[in-house]
Amino acid sequence: MNDTLRTEKIAFFCLLIATIVVIIPVALILTIVLVRGLSAFSWEFIFAMPREGMRAGGIFPAIVGTVYLTLGTAVFSIPFGILAAIYLNEYAGRNWLTRTIEIAIINLAGVPSIVYGLFGLGLFVTFLGFGASILAGSLTLAIMTLPVIITATREALSTVPNSFREVSFSLGASRWQTVRNVVLPNAIPGILTGTILGLSRAAGETAPILFTVAAFYLPRLPLSVYDQAMALPYHIYVLSTQVPNVSLKIQYGTVLVLVGMVFLLNIVASVIRSRFRKKKTW
Amino acid sequence: MVENNKIIVNDLNVWFDFEPAVKNVSLQVKKNEILGVIGPSNSGKTSFLKTLNRLNELYPRSKTTGEVLLDGKNIFTEIDKHLLRRRVGIVFALPLPLPLSIFDNITYGPKLHGLKDRKRLEEIVEKSLQAAALWDEVKDRLHSLAFRLSGGQQQRLCIARTLAVEPEVILYDEPCSGLDPISTLKVEEAMKELTRDYTQVLVTNNVKQAARVSDRTAFFLMGELIEIGETKQLFTIPRDKRTEDYITGRFG
Amino acid sequence: MKRPFEYIIEKLIFLSGIASIVFVILIFVFLLKEGLSLFGSYNPFAFIFGKNWYPISDPPQFGILPLIVGSLWVTFGAIVIAVPLGIAAAIYVAEVAPHWLRDYLKSGIELLAAIPSIVLGFIGIVTLAPWLKYLFHLPSGLTALAGSIMLAFMAMPTIVSIIEDAIVSVPKSYREGSLALGATHWQTIYRVILPAASSGILAAIMLGIGRVIGETMAVLMITGNAAVMATSILQPVRTLTATVAAEMGEAVAGSGHYYALFAIGIILFIISFIINILADMFMHKK
Repeated sequence: MNDTLRTEKIAFFCLLIATIVVIIPVALILTIVLVRGLSAFSWEFIFAMPREGMRAGGIFPAIVGTVYLTLGTAVFSIPFGILAAIYLNEYAGRNWLTRTIEIAIINLAGVPSIVYGLFGLGLFVTFLGFGASILAGSLTLAIMTLPVIITATREALSTVPNSFREVSFSLGASRWQTVRNVVLPNAIPGILTGTILGLSRAAGETAPILFTVAAFYLPRLPLSVYDQAMALPYHIYVLSTQVPNVSLKIQYGTVLVLVGMVFLLNIVASVIRSRFRKKKTW
Repeated sequence: MVENNKIIVNDLNVWFDFEPAVKNVSLQVKKNEILGVIGPSNSGKTSFLKTLNRLNELYPRSKTTGEVLLDGKNIFTEIDKHLLRRRVGIVFALPLPLPLSIFDNITYGPKLHGLKDRKRLEEIVEKSLQAAALWDEVKDRLHSLAFRLSGGQQQRLCIARTLAVEPEVILYDEPCSGLDPISTLKVEEAMKELTRDYTQVLVTNNVKQAARVSDRTAFFLMGELIEIGETKQLFTIPRDKRTEDYITGRFG
Repeated sequence: MKRPFEYIIEKLIFLSGIASIVFVILIFVFLLKEGLSLFGSYNPFAFIFGKNWYPISDPPQFGILPLIVGSLWVTFGAIVIAVPLGIAAAIYVAEVAPHWLRDYLKSGIELLAAIPSIVLGFIGIVTLAPWLKYLFHLPSGLTALAGSIMLAFMAMPTIVSIIEDAIVSVPKSYREGSLALGATHWQTIYRVILPAASSGILAAIMLGIGRVIGETMAVLMITGNAAVMATSILQPVRTLTATVAAEMGEAVAGSGHYYALFAIGIILFIISFIINILADMFMHKK
């Protein structure tokens, strides 16, 4: 008996070590980025235009570009993502078409991000003639974000008890009326959480925007959806691999801004999720 | 005799997932009566009930044959199912308030059908709550959440909610199964009052409740209608032995 | 009977539903459109099995075998690191960790998932690569191993959460039955729970592989830039994904190079398609 218990103790200790190995780097990375990046922060860094080939000045246009792209992604992916989830959960029957759609969504979720970049280049930039633009970039990111939004919305819709639907139908409501009046309002918190998380991922993506929108240096801020834009992920990539003599401080600072934006979105999503879990009346 | 019968059921068969739930049932529901439906569990009572307002169609793979006539018109082919459900309302076994205020629960139905006038809505709320014997208890807190009510009050709220769309028939699916005796009594009293204006069908597991409340009673067993008749007669001299066995508690 | 708005919105709902299928097909079609153009003038076998990727030489050579090998090295290394660690961490979180710790650990892993891959690539360049260079006395730390390590961490959240779900959904009765027979917790875990969760574990591995093969920026930044056949994990490599990202900027539209990069895209799409179908099969196999 002593032997097996000792084996268990050893085994559990190894498991603990493994978990620590997984978690510690996260803390390390975040700490490094925070400490080294914070020293680059200044009013100028955040709000001014870049100077000297990006070696001085600010990263404001990259921040703005990322914001525009995230908004564009939201505009294109959220409505269709929610409607698609409604179709799958509330309207579709169990048949081959539904199964095919589900397989398609799984595949869209697994397509490598660079392949999305190629797709965006082929369809939006070239074939439809949008050129490298915020429009092309947003559309590409939107298709990439679609599976995330659909999945999160489907989960939110399924948490609404079926009895609510049955009551609504029994009072003579049509399916759309039931969805609109009973299902959707009660699924909104879950939908919001999932959507914001999906957008936070889109904000951090580099490969899809490489050929569809990103530029390293633009003299002014983008003025229309047909303009190219700078973007934080791309900026980090070029600064750290292609531009010589950029101070590490600036690189870390840019990384910190991106991580900060992404984490801010994540925190907002978490707060929404926990606040509504408390307020839930059912 | 269409004039006297609110609902006529002819040879109704209902399948769920290819399993037969209701087999060859034929009966009539008379205007303004309370028809009790009794039987052990899995006898098809609830399936039968939910077919009367086509709620069975919410379950995937449900199939029906036969006809059900409401005022002479076939509910499957001649009446739009959303309109049907307004005319034939239902109260479920567990109290199921929507996560809204009392007021909004009751006005949910009328608003669906286009009613917007605030005054009219307030009238409907008062009228329905009165008819469900709940008005006095909640008239001061119409805008508080329906969940805050007790089980019995919630169930009467559901009755009021069903009445708000002004149906002609009210179906009850074991409405008192989760309620204490006092609340049960209140619900039964409400049902007897409603008989004046509505036709009611009451499915219940509680044989004594059927004896108390219904004018006529139907006994279902394994999806089939075994016997139907005046409540007094069914409970004292039932024609079928199986009915007698169930009523006297030999099984069920 | 239906009001016009309701009619329109229900049509939109249906169209949105099938949009996913449309997009998958569209992606494949556009990849094919540009990629297959390569094979008008270049032998497909030379493409897949050729050992030389010299796209800008004259005549250009588009053999992607070194790139495939690069992807394989990086993926293999990442999986070898991530799967054992991932299984161990998942078991710890699901079965062993005290309740108060569990939520923090899960948050920590979610945090890892939230870090953009470009940031991990950046950290890899500035911290991991120099360290590897020092540790193994290499000319440069930008190697397949560096890529494997970073990718292992990227794949970890996916692997851990899927295996954790699989462990949690093992029926209580299995657990109770084993403990009732006198087995220790650990014995129950590796004799009863893990085998019962095996299809979930396999699915996690497949999805982890998919995540790793599809990663672009981090590998581009830290695996070095050598499109040559690597013979060890300590050498610089080039993956399929990194090649496309690095070279598309310079490829002239309509040139053989341009088509070749799209052809790589086709290969990547097919690989991820197969992996995802397999993973889905494992997930649904109960």
